[in-house]
Amino acid sequence: MDSAWLIPAFPFAGFLINGLWGRRLSKKRVGTVACGAMALAFLTALRLFWLLLQQAPDRRIWEPVYYTWIAVGEFSVRASFLLDPLSMVMVLVVTGVGLLIHIYSTGYMHDDPGYARYFAYLNLFACAMLLLVLAGNLLVLFVGWEGVGLCSYLLIGFWYEKRSASDAGKKAFIVNRIGDFGFLLAIFLTFWTFGTLQFSEIFQAAVQRFQPGDMVLTGITLLLFVGAVGKSAQLPLYVWLPDAMEGPTPVSALIHAATMVTAGVYMVARCSVLYALAPLSMGVVAAVGCATAVFAATIGLVQNDIKRVLAYSTVSQLGYMFLGCGVGAYVAGIFHLMTHAFFKALLFLGAGSVIHALGGEQDIRRMGGLRRWLPVTFWTFLAGSLAIAGIFPFAGFFSKDEILFETLMTGHGLLYTLALGGAALTAFYMFRLVFRTFFGESRMDPETAHHVHEAPGAMAVPLTILAVLSLVGGWVQVPILEDGKRFARFLSPVFESARGILAGTSEHGTHPSLWVEGALMGLSVMVALAGIGVAYRWYVADPQRPEKVAARFSRAYRWLLHKYYVDELYQAVVVEPLKRLAETVHEWVDRAVIDGAVDGAGALFRRAGAVLRRIQTGLVQHYALSVLAGVCLLILAALAV
Amino acid sequence: MENVFFPVLSAMVFTPLLGALLLVFVDRENRPLQRWVALVTMAVVFGFALIVYGGFDPARAGMQFEEWTPWIPALGISYHLGVDGISLLLVMLTAFLGPICVLACWRDIRDRVKEFLVCLLLLQTGMLGVFLALDLVLFYLFWEVMLIPMALLILVWGHPARRVYAAVKFFLYTMAGSVFMLVGILVLYFHQAKTTGTYSFDLTDFMALRLPFRLQLWLFAAFGVAFAIKVPMFPFHTWLPDAHTEAPTVGSVVLAAVLLKMGTYGFLRFNLPLFPEASVFFTPLMVALALAGIIYGAFMCLVQKDLKRLIAYSSVSHLGFVLLGLFTFTLQGLQGSLIQMINHGLSTGALFLLVGMLYERRHTRMIADFGGLSTPVPRLAVFFMIATLASIGLPGLNGFVGEFLILLGTFKVRPLWAALGATGVILAAWYMLWMVQRVFFGEVHKEENRSLLDLVPREVGLLVPLVACMVWIGVAPTGFLKKSEPAVDRVLARVQQVQQTAREKTQLKPECLVSWYPADRK
Amino acid sequence: MVPLHYYLLVSALLFAIGVTGVLVRRNAIVIFMSIELMLNAANLSFVAFSRELQDLSGQLFVFFVMVVAAAEVTVGLAIIVTLHRNWKTIHVDAIRMLKG
Repeated sequence: MDSAWLIPAFPFAGFLINGLWGRRLSKKRVGTVACGAMALAFLTALRLFWLLLQQAPDRRIWEPVYYTWIAVGEFSVRASFLLDPLSMVMVLVVTGVGLLIHIYSTGYMHDDPGYARYFAYLNLFACAMLLLVLAGNLLVLFVGWEGVGLCSYLLIGFWYEKRSASDAGKKAFIVNRIGDFGFLLAIFLTFWTFGTLQFSEIFQAAVQRFQPGDMVLTGITLLLFVGAVGKSAQLPLYVWLPDAMEGPTPVSALIHAATMVTAGVYMVARCSVLYALAPLSMGVVAAVGCATAVFAATIGLVQNDIKRVLAYSTVSQLGYMFLGCGVGAYVAGIFHLMTHAFFKALLFLGAGSVIHALGGEQDIRRMGGLRRWLPVTFWTFLAGSLAIAGIFPFAGFFSKDEILFETLMTGHGLLYTLALGGAALTAFYMFRLVFRTFFGESRMDPETAHHVHEAPGAMAVPLTILAVLSLVGGWVQVPILEDGKRFARFLSPVFESARGILAGTSEHGTHPSLWVEGALMGLSVMVALAGIGVAYRWYVADPQRPEKVAARFSRAYRWLLHKYYVDELYQAVVVEPLKRLAETVHEWVDRAVIDGAVDGAGALFRRAGAVLRRIQTGLVQHYALSVLAGVCLLILAALAV
Repeated sequence: MENVFFPVLSAMVFTPLLGALLLVFVDRENRPLQRWVALVTMAVVFGFALIVYGGFDPARAGMQFEEWTPWIPALGISYHLGVDGISLLLVMLTAFLGPICVLACWRDIRDRVKEFLVCLLLLQTGMLGVFLALDLVLFYLFWEVMLIPMALLILVWGHPARRVYAAVKFFLYTMAGSVFMLVGILVLYFHQAKTTGTYSFDLTDFMALRLPFRLQLWLFAAFGVAFAIKVPMFPFHTWLPDAHTEAPTVGSVVLAAVLLKMGTYGFLRFNLPLFPEASVFFTPLMVALALAGIIYGAFMCLVQKDLKRLIAYSSVSHLGFVLLGLFTFTLQGLQGSLIQMINHGLSTGALFLLVGMLYERRHTRMIADFGGLSTPVPRLAVFFMIATLASIGLPGLNGFVGEFLILLGTFKVRPLWAALGATGVILAAWYMLWMVQRVFFGEVHKEENRSLLDLVPREVGLLVPLVACMVWIGVAPTGFLKKSEPAVDRVLARVQQVQQTAREKTQLKPECLVSWYPADRK
Repeated sequence: MVPLHYYLLVSALLFAIGVTGVLVRRNAIVIFMSIELMLNAANLSFVAFSRELQDLSGQLFVFFVMVVAAAEVTVGLAIIVTLHRNWKTIHVDAIRMLKG
């Protein structure tokens, strides 16, 4: 457990090596260093996992403290980690999926001139992300939080010559900063409430000192959630994530699907005790999550960029995770986080493989029939799509269904209905993607078609591994079966106190009979299949159909295609007015009034001088005359007195 | 005298003067020798500073390494130097930047090298003197002495277009403020003479005074105007962009890194402990102006077309944070302010150096003239990025520690203030990253930019220590914070002691701010 | 014996001539001579009062004035020579460098 610091240290070392000397190393060396660092981190994580399992379930919590980071008066923050089942799951996901994506990247980025820079950033990201999930207090978590934001910024804008890429990077950073604003305030409020930022101490104090529904805790949790909304791209701050697709595709897979964007979910789960004590915040989390899930899914229906569809689907799936956390099903939320990391990374990497094969083409209108050329990509992509659609026995089925089930069981009928509808939409747009890309006639231009090639080994192997994980990843948490919920059992110590509080405040714990659970599962699968069926009818059986539908509902279609004009709205309501305001203030207040006053003071004296200097004629006789006049005046004055 | 058997503070203050004197005798044409003399002098000064830092006892709140000699005994003026936790870090920063500044102008300044270096050395003496002087006449002397070489730097080596305007504006504006301070010092002196019978300008004597409330208000205003202009606080800031834009690179670096800190240092050293009740009284006004500065400065950055102007306005915003922290009267806020002064010196100093390097290569500072520079000058881009990130408060780099502590302290007092201040953090990300994007990203659209030379080893060498310090403070600030905590705590204790009574006395009603004088007289 | 007011009258006359000369003449040397005239008017008063009051300090002052006048002439003429060298004129209207 003392070696926990090694987990982020390995990627950091990789970052230093590749960042400082990367340009002088061969590509092979660079790739080896980066992947090696991740592999070492993964192995260390596995060892710690093994050690953790050796402990009794209630003793699976380690808090290594390294040094005092900032100490002023009563405020003291230590650089410390918190290793418990929750962070262990996250570490394994980050290092494991991260390693696969690093390997994939050696193939995908092979011809890029910024190869070393890319891997340096990627390693730095892994380091920051690991810091985030291992953090033992809110401030260290915040360091990781901002660190991943920075890497996301750097990697989205990796191809910085492209205007759209650097714009997207900047947008991501700034929108995240808006979320961080809430996070920062939450940290302040937490400290002045509890006198510490250490997770274990906060949670203990919260349980002892606060009643459910306390205003302060509601404030803290809502502010924290503002941070989560920014990082995990929820309404209304989701706008950066679709644009983030400007980055290299493996980056989208790692950062904008599998790991970083789930940080918000992780944070809410980490603070489950606080949320459990703040029912209002729970409601907000659930509502925002559910709304985002459906909202993003509707946009995903009509997008034509393969990566953007996946991006909206990520936003939507993150909504499901928040929904899970919001209804108190933290295990389900984290479970979905994990399976989502597998299948969404897979889908992105598959999309990357398609884009790679087509020489950079991302528009599904110019694809089609690719399954003949790209069999590996096709089959793995299909596995991912089945998983996200929630088809038994793929991973997504188990995790999404658990969220839906828990939502209904906690009495959120409306949210359940919406989420179920969202699931149908998910199935539809994912299979729309599959059918448009891999089925039907090829719509590629001949030049591109000529060069289409299957992914090289470095890319195919991670795809295959992730496909397998997308299939079996859900089997750690099988409902109905006796002894099926191993994942929940592993995580339960973490969420024990939160569950205890929730059980006390609501009708938690009423468990329905098994056949109700089974029936609901069947319903989910039916809904997903219906979505797939519609997609099949529209895009394979009757390819003219979508256009007709689009023409019939042209206004709705346009709204969806333009993403409800949210970007335009933000631009027109926030960005442009602020810029204009700044310009006006600069012109009229800064230049005219404030600086005008300064220059005016100077000018006043200059004017006065200009008047007075006329006296100074330069003629000696004038001076002499005034001396004489002065003397006469003095004499007269003397005489008068 | 803490293991040091010679007056190390005097040595530190006057070594640059000696170096300047030495430079006078160097042959006008022998520029390398001139540069080396200046560099060695600065290095020696930094060496002295390291001795002080090493010998400094972090447990003591009072002055250390004190030196006291009567100077003009008839008037009670003495030569009194000393260092405590508050000045220690600022002295370190000043001494640390000395050699960097000499190295930075190694190639940049080509004509009148000798005079330039003499000015730089005199400036160093003035700045160190300001931070170390404990006698108010001595302090005032150094305060004014420092103005002259700085104004000369702008006037002689500045940008030909508007340098006269900028230099005169800088000189007169700051001078106008200091005159009020001089009057304040004299009032303090005569008040002391009247009430206690001692004629002395010594700060320690003044500290023992209990000034009547009304006098405190006047004196706070008199000192405050001088410091507020120097900071520069919100409505007094317009000299800064002009001075920065027209000054040569090194001038901008010193101006941003050290000179601006004298304002905030003055507040912390004089206003808070000498006029605690007035400080409490003026808090709403000061906080309002600090917050206005944070947000206003950030907004102004959004529309700047000139790199140096942009960074100058960002200084207004950053120093707003420092002022905000000072007037929270919490340990976190004050400590955050102190460390933020250092941080701002490092990151903004580095930014000005980098802009200077760009200017040296392209002879323009206009953002529109750049674009896509990451390709021709990757190393410069990396350093610029790091300095930018430090400046926008990325955790792990120095800026975060300061901003975090300040806002933490502010939140304790008024959450709303902290929320308003934190919007500055968002805006900072916006304007800085937008600037970086316009300068370094995108395609190279100007032919001249395609063949720019990347950083040479000398330039890397002078940036690396800065970056190292940014990381150091970001990762392990406790060592620095511990050194200043006792001294800051003592200042704080003085204010907190009277906080309650001052509140009662004024009840801090808004109308007090407008009509306090007549109300007080009633 | 000539009464005191005769001397004073002459002295005042001389002084007035001097003042007029300074005010109306444009030639620097003439102005200079006029100043000398004023100084000597003052000297005359000094001497007259000295004898009237039987006090030598008045005569002592005359020596001072003469010394100062001599010094003044030296410096002044040097200035005039330099002026002439630079401007080719000693006409005071032409030399208006001090005009504000």
